Parts: sequence; C-alpha cells; structure tokens
Amino acid sequence: MMKREECFRILARHIKDEAVVATYSSAVDWVNLGPRVMNYTSIGAMGLDSSHGLGLALGRPDKRVIVLQGDGSLLMNLGSLVTIAAVAPKNLVHLVAQNDTYEANGSQPIPNLKIDFASMARASGYVASYDFSDLKIFEQQVAHVLEQDGPVFATLHVAPTKPLEYDYPSLYDPAKRKAFKAQWRS
Amino acid sequence: MDARAQGIDIAQRELHGGGIIAAIKASGIEYILALPDITTSSGLLAPIAQDASFRLIRVCKEDECVGIASGLSYADKRALILIQHTGFLDSINAIRGIAVEYSQPVCMMVGLLQHDPEKTPRESPRYGVRIVEPILDDMGIAHHFISVDADVGKINPAIDKAYAESKPVAFLIGRRPK
Repeated sequence: MMKREECFRILARHIKDEAVVATYSSAVDWVNLGPRVMNYTSIGAMGLDSSHGLGLALGRPDKRVIVLQGDGSLLMNLGSLVTIAAVAPKNLVHLVAQNDTYEANGSQPIPNLKIDFASMARASGYVASYDFSDLKIFEQQVAHVLEQDGPVFATLHVAPTKPLEYDYPSLYDPAKRKAFKAQWRS
Repeated sequence: MDARAQGIDIAQRELHGGGIIAAIKASGIEYILALPDITTSSGLLAPIAQDASFRLIRVCKEDECVGIASGLSYADKRALILIQHTGFLDSINAIRGIAVEYSQPVCMMVGLLQHDPEKTPRESPRYGVRIVEPILDDMGIAHHFISVDADVGKINPAIDKAYAESKPVAFLIGRRPK
C-alpha cells in the first residue's frame, strides 16, 4: 500500500509554478514538504476543494491547477466531478488520496469501501483517469498525468496514517491567501 | 381606482429580466454559476444561457458555486451565483466558511420559491422564505430585495461594493422576472 506522503514527495519533484489546492490531511502532508506561495490550503468547507480548483483553473487558463483531495472530501462534493468534466478545464489535475477513512475526523470509515472514484471520473467525462496503488508505477507515470490536457483525474490508494497534527491557523492564514492571490494574478 | 391608475400601479410592480441582466453586465460579471430556480428560470437563466457575453456554468449542487466563485476571484474574475432559496439554505456552511469567515466576494442572486411578490420576504407565506433574511442578517451578509424594476438599480453598486470590500452579497428575487 502506498503512503500519501511518499506519493506527494514524488509529486513535488514535478511541481513548478502550479497552484496546489490541498485540504485537511492532504494539506498537512503537502505543506510539510516545504513552504510555497502557490499552495492554496484555505478552503473553509469540506469537499469544496475541487470546486475551488475549478474556479482557479478558469480564472487563469494559462496556469495549471492541481487539486489534492481526500476521499471523504470528494464524497461530500461528488457532483463536482460532473461539473468539472462539463466545463473541461485543460489546466486542471484532480488527485484524490483514497485511504477509505475520514482521517481528519477520527479515522472513521467512509460509507462504502468499494467506491471506484477513477471510474466515476471517467464516466463523468474527465479526459483521462488513472488508478494508482503501486508507488513505482505512480513515479513512472506522474509526469504524464501532470502534463497532459485535462481535466485529468487520478486516485492514489494510500494507507491511513497515524493521527496528524492540523495547524489550522497556518493552513487558514489570511496572509497566505493574500500572497497566493498576488502571485496568481501576476 | 380607475383603470389608468391601476395600469400604472401594475406597471410599477413588474420586474423585467432584461433590466437585471443589464445590471449584471454593468457590474462586470463574466461568469454565471447556476442551478435552475423556478422563479428566475425563464426570465433570467434562459436568456443568460443564450447570451454570449456570459460564461454559464451549470452545477450539480449549489454549494459548488461558492467554491468556484471564490476561486475565480483570485484572478479578479467576477461571478454571480443564480440559485433558489432552498439551495441557499443547503449551502449555508459553504457560505459561512468561504464567503463570511474568509471574506470572499461571493455574489448570490436567490429566487424566492413560492413567495407572494406583494409581501416582503419576512412576511412570506412560506417558512423557507421567511427565514432567509434573518439568516443573512445573523451572518452579517448584505442583502437586497429585488421585486420591481425600481429595485434593479441596487444591483450594480452592491456587486461593486462586494468586490471592493471582498465580502458576500445576496439579492433576493421576489417575483418572476418577465
């Protein structure tokens, strides 16, 4: 089973000036890799990370947006798969770390452990959809996933982690939103 | 009341979609984020869908609009959310977290389903409509009742203010625009 932090470490090697939208457990693991102005971790309502990503992608079609969402978050906003596919932003990559739990809320299980998000994204109309459970294969293919025209979707099957520490004041810091906006507009 | 006076009164109580759409355009709105609402469906959403100066995004659930509008605002792109008051009620947590606590310029146009257009929202025969303004007040969200053509002038300055101050605003549509 892959670990989310390992996947993100590999992902980080391919990231340049993209906006990375990350929330909850994904945000903790992502920001632990190092500070970055183009990290967008202020969401405000669980599940809306994919919708924020769509808005960002539409606002700057010349830049790329990567959404790092958890399975619990996507389940709260499944309709966003349909909306994103219909709008079809070429610059959006939507990655979902599936560990079958609501990790930020006590690691309780999601309602259905057999859910296949990659198939749902494909059926919704994403241009491409992937399902990764092997770290070496993810490492081999991640560059292609990030570079191709979107919207692109990928599920990362990862193991639940030990309880994380959520530094919400830092994740929600208005100064970081302001800095992000200044750079996103430039 | 004589027929002439009655005619003037009726005319004053009309609301035309064309005027609202003109006000939306004058406000620099580029994106309309919508889920159909019966109050505004034929008078606003239908003509907007045919208007090439807007980019219409149809969503599956109203709270998506709040995230999309917020994301667009980071690139200074203006959006208007066009939904029914039931969808507004369903989206309260998104509005709370994103529009209010993160102080985002989220502009909402909310159709009041089954509202009596001759009454204020607080006097509505519908419970769901009666609670909309108190909720907005409790959340500190500016709101404007749009029921007749004379109200349409409130739209442009309120949207400009929302973006200038990075705060949400709601327009409550009290009758079906013609």
